[in-house]
Amino acid sequence: MGNLIVVGIADLKVASGDDVLITYALGSCVGTCIYDKTAKVIGLSHVLLASKHMCLTDNNIYKYADTAIKELVRQMVLRGASVKRMTAKIAGGAHMFASSTIRIGEQNSAAVMEELKKLGIPLVAADIGDNYGRTMECWAADGKVVIKSILKGNKIL
Amino acid sequence: MSTSINELSPFQLDVLKEIGNIGAGNAATALAELLSDRVSMSVPELSIADANEVVSLLGGPENPVVAILLTMSEDVKGIIMLVFEEKFLNVVLRTLLGKEIDSLSEMSELDRSVFMEIGNIMSSTYLNAMSQLTGLNISISTPDICVDMAGAIMSYPASLFGMRGDKVLIIKEDFIGQERITSHLVMLPDEDSLDIIFRSLGA
Repeated sequence: MGNLIVVGIADLKVASGDDVLITYALGSCVGTCIYDKTAKVIGLSHVLLASKHMCLTDNNIYKYADTAIKELVRQMVLRGASVKRMTAKIAGGAHMFASSTIRIGEQNSAAVMEELKKLGIPLVAADIGDNYGRTMECWAADGKVVIKSILKGNKIL
Repeated sequence: MSTSINELSPFQLDVLKEIGNIGAGNAATALAELLSDRVSMSVPELSIADANEVVSLLGGPENPVVAILLTMSEDVKGIIMLVFEEKFLNVVLRTLLGKEIDSLSEMSELDRSVFMEIGNIMSSTYLNAMSQLTGLNISISTPDICVDMAGAIMSYPASLFGMRGDKVLIIKEDFIGQERITSHLVMLPDEDSLDIIFRSLGA
């Protein structure tokens, strides 16, 4: 394993070689991992909200599904990836508090899937919804995505 | 003109700290009665933080915590969340139900409802203190509980304040009985509500 690169909340990073991208504790947020297995370029985004229109005061494009996914793809292309070869895996979008009426997690997952569809990137695996937190680890060498949780153990996407 | 959490004066911060202090004192008394134990408290520490800072104050994104969420309504609107470190679970379960659990996934419905009740009582005492100081009516919703990684739990308030690009108030308080338990009270009042609180206190 190369470097472990942390992706924060409302953040995105691109890696290659033996590096591993990690984002901790996705709740209603959605983690999107995009991979080009020929170029071995991997990208990970951690969005908080579905759309830039939900917040008038913050222009951080990494924060919203409708701006972050495009930007992630753009940065991956700069590192030698090709959109045609890209595939995506997503995780998160949970509903953490049963009583909350705003379904942020579902909105986030739907918005990310919509963006992937617009860009023509196939979604090959998803571990979304339910009511628990997930840490997401993405390996540049083979595109493996490991999901870790306190309540439901670990799985590989 | 509404006051933003980012622009509070030192005097306004002191007012909030004092409300936190009195509220925490009442909550400690309530907890002592519930646990039939002597419970003292540390001096509360008030911080103003964004999403990433709150998560590190809570021990890092993957730190397991117990969170109780309540919604405030009437004169003051917004959400409050009481966050306890994981070991608080067993202190309470041991005292009230005579049992302990080894992992969070063993938590039963009864265990959860005991916690919601504790959250309810502690946050009510907090808000009663605020209500008495300010003369404002503050109602709280029935509590909701979530036991998971701190980062995942904070995604809910983070997405709410993310919509406004705002920060939250967070009050750290240690309750010291047979064990020392760290708790955090995360408050996200609507901006108008902060004004209403300050106006009622002449701050």
